[in-house]
Amino acid sequence: MARRSFLAISLMPALIVFLAFFLLPMAKLIPISLSSPLGWKIYFSVLSNPRYLQSLRDTAILSAAVTLAALALGGMSGIFLERARFKGREVMIAALTLPLSFPGVVVGFMVILWGGRLGLLGTITNALFGHKLVFAYSTAGLFVGYLYFSIPRVVLTVMAAAGKLEKAREEAARTLGSGPFKALKDVTLPALWPSFFSTGAICLATSMGAFGTAFTLATDINVLPIVIYTEYTLLANLGVASALSLILGLITWLILWTVRVISGLEPEGTGV
Amino acid sequence: MKKGFFFYFQFGITSLTCVFLIAPVFYTVGIALMKNAFQGFKSGLTLEWLAKVLSLYGDTIVRGLLIALGTLFICILAGIPAAYALVKSGKSRFVSGLEEALVLPLTVPGLSIGLGILLTWGGNDWFRKSSFFIMAGHAVFCLPFMVRSVAAILRTIPLSLYEEAAATLGAGFFRRFFQIVTPAAAPGILAGALQVLALSLGEFNITWMLQTPFTRTLPVGLADSYASMRLEIGSAYTLIFLVLIVPLLVLAQKLPSLMAKVLGPKR
Repeated sequence: MARRSFLAISLMPALIVFLAFFLLPMAKLIPISLSSPLGWKIYFSVLSNPRYLQSLRDTAILSAAVTLAALALGGMSGIFLERARFKGREVMIAALTLPLSFPGVVVGFMVILWGGRLGLLGTITNALFGHKLVFAYSTAGLFVGYLYFSIPRVVLTVMAAAGKLEKAREEAARTLGSGPFKALKDVTLPALWPSFFSTGAICLATSMGAFGTAFTLATDINVLPIVIYTEYTLLANLGVASALSLILGLITWLILWTVRVISGLEPEGTGV
Repeated sequence: MKKGFFFYFQFGITSLTCVFLIAPVFYTVGIALMKNAFQGFKSGLTLEWLAKVLSLYGDTIVRGLLIALGTLFICILAGIPAAYALVKSGKSRFVSGLEEALVLPLTVPGLSIGLGILLTWGGNDWFRKSSFFIMAGHAVFCLPFMVRSVAAILRTIPLSLYEEAAATLGAGFFRRFFQIVTPAAAPGILAGALQVLALSLGEFNITWMLQTPFTRTLPVGLADSYASMRLEIGSAYTLIFLVLIVPLLVLAQKLPSLMAKVLGPKR
């Protein structure tokens, strides 16, 4: 039927881009990961190698910690900005969402501006205590950077979800004598739980795949994307780099797929 | 309404979070314009650093913009028809599978995609050395945003109704596509275009695997300046990047209300 073929032709350009520059490249990683003398056992060897395992564990712990902190700070800010009305609210919303599309390298630079040698925090602590606090190039710097790009994502999702809630229920709780904190804890938070879960999972996946921030800070903790990069460029270890890329891709995809199935929240890209 | 302790507690936390995110942005603008970051504003103001960035990294800015425009071109060409086909095909298993597939590049770290593209297509010397190599990576990453944005708009209007009316009046497929579908999708195309430009300009993870010394883009240059240049150079460069990207973001945010104003209360 003519209509069918028109639709098929309409899909063609997008399919070509997708097949040529995503599916084929990702599929290509499989034979390359198997090309070492170890064959498919390379996956077993990678997953039992202390260096890679340590990196996977560090990456997961860092990402989980960042996610919890981002949920606390971003969640509170998001609910507050959606509910409260005061002067300067719009400015605060703009400030909290502006960094949303900063590339990871710029986020890394923001950490240097906070905690580098000429950083804001160092200047403050120097003035107060006569000691310059420098943290940008440590694990703390990585944590701060990942928190920096996670908070805007949480704020946006939580604001959208809180905006859809019926305000009446919260007001009913208030009229029945609950304080603002109790109303938040008993009425608002339970209703927002699903959106906290989804945005948290997205933060987790984004943090685990983040490269630019860690690259800029060049810290001593080797997150998985940095290990992949090092294996490829410095050690020319194509097999391991491909295997780790596939493992990491599978982890982030699984997390985001779960979110999509459960809550319908779309991925916004893990490009930090 | 009386504002109690809890209000001020929340206000405090939110303010601190804002300061955390926005203070370094202002700081970078300040440093970019200071004669000497170590001495602060006392040292005086200057545009020297910005000029130095333009002479050191001017090529990355031009190339980044060209690649973003090229990526947008691909996304328009491939994304609008795809969104149309997805909306028209209704809700079959095939279509939802296809939609699922098209967002896959957003669920896998850019580093993995970059590595895959490099190992698949890197053998072609001409392609590898040209900016099209990077554009290909950007296209696959940005395409889902255009498709999603256009499809969202097309789903809100009675597209079949309009098209049937046009068809009864004798309009063929292409005429319907360009005179009905495309104008109807215009707000979605515009929103998608802003997203694509901003994403392409800032894309680092895929780009870093695909770049050569001759095809450095803006974020690649930024990473280089952070690693090897004075803080003033890095700041000035970041300021230029912000000047390019922030208007896109602001426009994207204001778009819905702007559209409503332009198109009047009918929509």
